[in-house]
Amino acid sequence: MTQQTQPANPVELLKERFPEAVKYVKQFANETTIVVERKQVIEVLKFLRDTKGLLYNFLSDISSVDYYPDPPTEQRPERFAVSYHLYSLLYNRRIRVKTFVPEDDATVPTATTVWEAANWLEREIWDMMGIFFEGHPDPRRVLMPADWDGHPLRRDVPLGYETIMFSFNVEEILKHKPTGKEGRVSE
Amino acid sequence: MVMTVPESQQGKAIESWQGQVEELRGLVSERAMTGETLLLNMGPHHPSTHGVLRLLLELDGEEIITCLPDVGFLHTGIEKTIESKQYEKGVALTDRVDYLAPMNNNTVFVMAIEKMLALDVPERAQVIRVICLELTRIQSHLVWLGTHALDMGAMSAFLYCFRERELILDMFEMLSGQRMMGSYIRPGGLWRDLPDEFLPALQHFVDIFPRRVDDYEALLVNNPIWRDRTEGIGVVEPEEALALGMTGPTLRASGVNWDIRKAEPYLTYPRYDFNVPLGEHGDVYDRFWVRMQEFRESIKIIKQAMKNIPGGPVRSQNRKYVPPPRAELGRSMEAVIHHFKLWTEGFSAPDEEVYVAIEGPRGEVGCYLHGTGGTKPRRVHLKTPSFMHISALGKMSQGHMIADLVGIIGSVDIVLGDSDR
Amino acid sequence: MGVISSKLGNLGVVTTSLETAVNWGRTGAMWPLLFGLACCAIEMMSTQASNYDLSRFGMELNRASPRQSDLMIVAGRVTRKMAPVVRQLYDQMASPRYVLSMGDCASSGGVYNNYAIVQGVDEIIPVDVYVAGCPPRPEQLIHGILTLHERIKGEHFNEWITGQER
Ligand code: SF4
Repeated sequence: MTQQTQPANPVELLKERFPEAVKYVKQFANETTIVVERKQVIEVLKFLRDTKGLLYNFLSDISSVDYYPDPPTEQRPERFAVSYHLYSLLYNRRIRVKTFVPEDDATVPTATTVWEAANWLEREIWDMMGIFFEGHPDPRRVLMPADWDGHPLRRDVPLGYETIMFSFNVEEILKHKPTGKEGRVSE
Repeated sequence: MVMTVPESQQGKAIESWQGQVEELRGLVSERAMTGETLLLNMGPHHPSTHGVLRLLLELDGEEIITCLPDVGFLHTGIEKTIESKQYEKGVALTDRVDYLAPMNNNTVFVMAIEKMLALDVPERAQVIRVICLELTRIQSHLVWLGTHALDMGAMSAFLYCFRERELILDMFEMLSGQRMMGSYIRPGGLWRDLPDEFLPALQHFVDIFPRRVDDYEALLVNNPIWRDRTEGIGVVEPEEALALGMTGPTLRASGVNWDIRKAEPYLTYPRYDFNVPLGEHGDVYDRFWVRMQEFRESIKIIKQAMKNIPGGPVRSQNRKYVPPPRAELGRSMEAVIHHFKLWTEGFSAPDEEVYVAIEGPRGEVGCYLHGTGGTKPRRVHLKTPSFMHISALGKMSQGHMIADLVGIIGSVDIVLGDSDR
Repeated sequence: MGVISSKLGNLGVVTTSLETAVNWGRTGAMWPLLFGLACCAIEMMSTQASNYDLSRFGMELNRASPRQSDLMIVAGRVTRKMAPVVRQLYDQMASPRYVLSMGDCASSGGVYNNYAIVQGVDEIIPVDVYVAGCPPRPEQLIHGILTLHERIKGEHFNEWITGQER
């Protein structure tokens, strides 16, 4: 990290190197989002990490998003998307690499080969959103219990609401508690 | 008495036990399969795991061969719950993510909203936010120091640390009416202006606190037992720390100079003069030392900030996003409409995504926010430092004695609410 | 003489009922389980630390083992993943055992009405005292504990027998 090279433009370099992988580039609020082809995302990440002038050497976050009720558009061709938030310690700047994931084949190649930090972040996405990472060394659930059914953060999964206890339904709710609110008072 | 096992059940227990071990194949070493090494469960109810962390340990005698952390015992579904709430109401939930640094989570979520809406924040609010963030850092480090020392067998530090922490909690109560979960920081500024008694209390605190830090150091730094138990334990090399996604004091103890307050300054941090303490060896002692220096640096920042608090409002004047002050409601019809709109429907944010990161007491706290164009977010993802640090625990504790594991867990300063959300 | 007379003055003989004596003993040295779940546990720690000093009520000794403790302070939100553990800890406690549910989350689910949180710890274990607040102030927790003490002082002999399953 010692030799100071001039920071290069990641978008131009990427378009040059992977002309067909880069789909489009979006700017919003001073943040650059590069949307890339799902199958090539690992090569893109490696390229961003190792190329002189880019050196995005820190993986900040991997996050997922579910566009569920919205119909697919040209900008958002699939239901899910996975974003990699990279940071360059040398040049102090960030970039977001985003890839769209179809519902019927919700898999992305794993980034654990690029950064070890991706391990748990990807496990979390598999657990919460149900996007599987191919080649992941330890694809277990991380937050939910191992026997949990479904992926709670998908937008078609309900929040899981329980009825709130009021005086008119108190008896019904107390029925399914082992000892109700007054249960400890011995007769 | 001889236990008789019914014929149908004979061998079942052994079988099911072996079945469970079979699931661990590849995660623990092959020696565990034959029973040569010991598989030990630590937690989720264990006094020194700082909450409900569960560790599956594979031990060869006292030596740790594998350490598999298991989190999720505090998974609260906060991200999903925020998705079902309006933006402003989500702020109250972010307090409860990292409950030792509520103001930090408020700030990162609120800054993400502000970035998305391009909402201005008055300067006075920004300076007060800096003061709050640094106070939060101090109180979080105080809890860390108290519990870390308690785990390692030093009881008195715990009592001293909590004594000083009460002073900060009293100040938070002046600001917001709540000791811990204030939700004081809101989109567009703050909930309200500083009360009169806040600044004298803060002055008193910054006057006495540096001496108290000296006291803690006197208790621990030259204590031979403390040094024996911390030096050379849980060493992380700088490259390894970056690859594992470590941030904050834990990363800086390994010698990597990265502090988001300096690297990507936010709020009014560029105005203040402070150092970023760095460690050399990346062991438990250096992580302790870096945090002890951060106490002093935070006090330095607070002193500079409180000398120069500009006047003016503490909330943005943009009525589309920030409710009008109560006094205006009696005079202006427009204010009433805005007020009604904001409290019933909420404001809408564009269908775009932003990522904001700030330096929390434990490291980089990030917020990925994706709007829908409506009044509720589509996706909120909180990047939390504890999650990354717990995932690195296995690497850090390999080859150490089991008694040192407690020190390693304490030194990375994990909060389970932060990791599980 | 000596110690007793210096404490009791010239009383000589104290007469009391067995119930009062036992209940007095139970309230005066109640050992809580060292058990924290979430944010409320931090306030529980503050209660035990220097400023609020829970040892004034004979509760300075936190036991990490459920076998040695009398009172379980459920401090924080109980998730569905954690619920079996909480129940098992409760089952391991020796009778008489008491449960204090600290905070809104433990009492009713609090702000989280969602898939992950048990809507009140009383769905899995019986609760004696509920303390409201998010988090409750240390004073509130102390008040809750004193309420529990009052309640124990009023216990009767036959309850010790009939209430065995608690
Ligand atoms: S009641 Fe509030 S403070 Fe207590 S655990 Fe729940 S959210 Fe945290």
